[in-house]
Amino acid sequence: MSFLRRRVFTTNHRQLAILYLLLGLAAVITGTLLSLLIRLHRTWPALALPFYGVLKPEDYLALVTMHGTLMVFFVLTIVPQSAFPNLVLPAQIGATRMAFPRLNAVAFWIALASFLTLLSAFFVPEGAPISGWTSYPPFSALSAAGPGQGAGMDLWLVAITLFCLAAVAGSVNFLVTILTLRCQGMSFRRLPLTVWSWLVSSGLTVIAFSALLAAAAMLLADRHLGTSFFLPSGEVLNGIVQRPGSGSPMLWLHLFWFFGHPEVYISILPGMGLASSLLANFTRRSVPAYGLMVASTLLIGVLGLGVWGHHMFVSGMNPYAGTAFGLTTIAIAVPSSAEVLTWLAMLFRGRLQVTTPLLFTMGFVSFFISGGLTGPILAQPALDAYLHNTFFVVAHFHLVMAMAGVFSVFAGIYYWYPLLTGRRMNEMLGQIHFWISLVAAYGTFFPMHLAGLAGEPRHYAQLSGPVAHFANLIPVERGITWSAFLLAAAQIVFLINLFWSARHGSHVDGNPWRATTLEWSPIVHPIVRSGAYVYGPNTAPGQDFLPQWSTNEPTVRSS
Amino acid sequence: MPATFTRHQVETERRDTGYGGKPPVDRRPTGGGGGDENWDSRPSGRRGPREQLIRFRLAMFSGLAGDFVFFAVLVSAFFVRPSSGHISPADTFISDWHPMHAPPILWINTAILLLSTLTMETARRQLFHEIDIMEEWLGLGRPAVRRAAPWLIATIVLGMLFLAGQWIAWKQLGLEGFFFSSNPNSHFFFLVTGTHAFHLFLGLGVLVFALIAMFRFRKVEMRQIALDCAAWYWHAMGLFWVFLFVLIVFFQ
Repeated sequence: MSFLRRRVFTTNHRQLAILYLLLGLAAVITGTLLSLLIRLHRTWPALALPFYGVLKPEDYLALVTMHGTLMVFFVLTIVPQSAFPNLVLPAQIGATRMAFPRLNAVAFWIALASFLTLLSAFFVPEGAPISGWTSYPPFSALSAAGPGQGAGMDLWLVAITLFCLAAVAGSVNFLVTILTLRCQGMSFRRLPLTVWSWLVSSGLTVIAFSALLAAAAMLLADRHLGTSFFLPSGEVLNGIVQRPGSGSPMLWLHLFWFFGHPEVYISILPGMGLASSLLANFTRRSVPAYGLMVASTLLIGVLGLGVWGHHMFVSGMNPYAGTAFGLTTIAIAVPSSAEVLTWLAMLFRGRLQVTTPLLFTMGFVSFFISGGLTGPILAQPALDAYLHNTFFVVAHFHLVMAMAGVFSVFAGIYYWYPLLTGRRMNEMLGQIHFWISLVAAYGTFFPMHLAGLAGEPRHYAQLSGPVAHFANLIPVERGITWSAFLLAAAQIVFLINLFWSARHGSHVDGNPWRATTLEWSPIVHPIVRSGAYVYGPNTAPGQDFLPQWSTNEPTVRSS
Repeated sequence: MPATFTRHQVETERRDTGYGGKPPVDRRPTGGGGGDENWDSRPSGRRGPREQLIRFRLAMFSGLAGDFVFFAVLVSAFFVRPSSGHISPADTFISDWHPMHAPPILWINTAILLLSTLTMETARRQLFHEIDIMEEWLGLGRPAVRRAAPWLIATIVLGMLFLAGQWIAWKQLGLEGFFFSSNPNSHFFFLVTGTHAFHLFLGLGVLVFALIAMFRFRKVEMRQIALDCAAWYWHAMGLFWVFLFVLIVFFQ
């Protein structure tokens, strides 16, 4: 009983962080296996899987749907926005606990229930849903529309509903913690940029996931209560006209993408904050324009609520609305570029300490730039008219969201590992992990730009067979598949390192990276007298940084 | 100084003087300090009952902001009603959104809910009445609770009357042939009023919890926090209803 209370039903935020990380690990392993099956099928469509047989096109779509859902929600939202804040947020603001520990714990258990519900969709008679992680109606609103769209789709919707509740509960906790539990002297101007990013992401979560919750409720009503919020009139399925009709699928697109776009900023903003922090730490420089970085974070959050139409340029939306959304999307490139230029400035003049966390942070910056540069391309309605639903889009979001997001997660794990275990992860294995992952990730996703420019559409189960327009891209697909397998294999190095170092890693002292932020503080209730990134030669006697828990006043003016 | 809440605005954090630049200079002729100087300004990082209340209020505000977005999204279905229709065999667009007239009982329900907002706020203020709270804190009985409880019970009764009235309204519409599945307008109407009624039903649960808490919780600040959170939730539900009511009655 006490084991249950201590380890399982804990309200300690550090232990909840570990539980969230384990949930993220389970999700990413499942999602990666699904992606490898996707790659296998695309390259060798006639391949018969052991115990299953040849994948039918609907099975392929189920793979794509579940891969997207698992990765976007349970890896890229859970880990940067739920696991990492639980790990270090209270410490970074000088608090000892969260504002609402029990709400925090409840959020995890609802997230776990959501995950299990989603996985159960694989085991119902017709299998997992096939309407994509975006689940556009009318396809997703009609149970008879395809295999997996019955029970599988319902389970998917229930899982999403539960996830929305978990996300909002967790974010309310983070918001109140950041606003009210800062220790003495921790003004807003002295907050680490990670905390700023969690503040903005939590605000976005409350707004965006509440919208998704309502949309999911309306879709469930369409499916089971005979409404037709999203079902158009005259919809014919299997020769039967669907009544009552007279709804609008466009409404779902607007509502979903009103959630969907802030969702990607929720995923990436914590990574951006972490990149700023780690670059400061490992270049031994302060963040050059701290106020600008904070303003950029806030701007990205606020502007991110106004760009959702760029997912809908070719949906039949009013073209003038398309122009408006194109403009707001280009506008959001401004604060993002400001952040990137600041990172590059730190790298150019810094005294780099090449450690694994720094390497993964630089990888994050690399993917953010390369994936981000195709964003303004896709933001032009005229260009998107061609590129929409091609592999160009797949390349864009995998580079900027999946790879950059995952690299920032790795950076965080390698960085905070000593905090959890008192040991460092093995540096050699870490560098091997980094370099192979970097090369393999570019090898996997860069060629997709070219395939997309050649016009290769998304969601095709195979490129050969009856439709042979893109058969000449099959060698490209093969190369991508080999890269993908290499990328997946490189993660085994990481897992070995993770579990081996817990027992055999080299011991380190309390502040192995000589960082300034408070999670490394030996004092439990510090009084903060300096900014978050005071690095430099004259900051403190005998060392090149002034930690935030120091009792000395800062002598140089920096943040 | 008892750990009570006051109705005055207090600073939760001293203004940060920062570093660099001139040090802060106190220009007051007597130099400040002493007597009841700054008796209500509190150092940053303070963790008292007022700060606890502020935390709970912030949490309620954030949760209610999310709930507001939730209702706004449901209402968005109302704003695409011009597009809900079908093409007739004669190739003309026929709208399926049949406007409905709101049953008159909805006006009475609205009045009841607004009255319950007033009784709720009265209950909340009674529980924050400073003299009574000081007596409770000192252990001299529960005068504040005894003042607030009747108003809270009145709110619960009014809430139940509202839900009963909503039920009657649905029944009346059903007798006219306007069911949930009749047309897109009915889908919308029953979904939003049903969701609102469900939230209000949960709100009744919260109110009953607050009522029990007022007699069972042993810390005076937690009693106040329980009632305060319940009150803000109730006010929000009342506000949402006003929006929905105006939409349904005046914007068909």
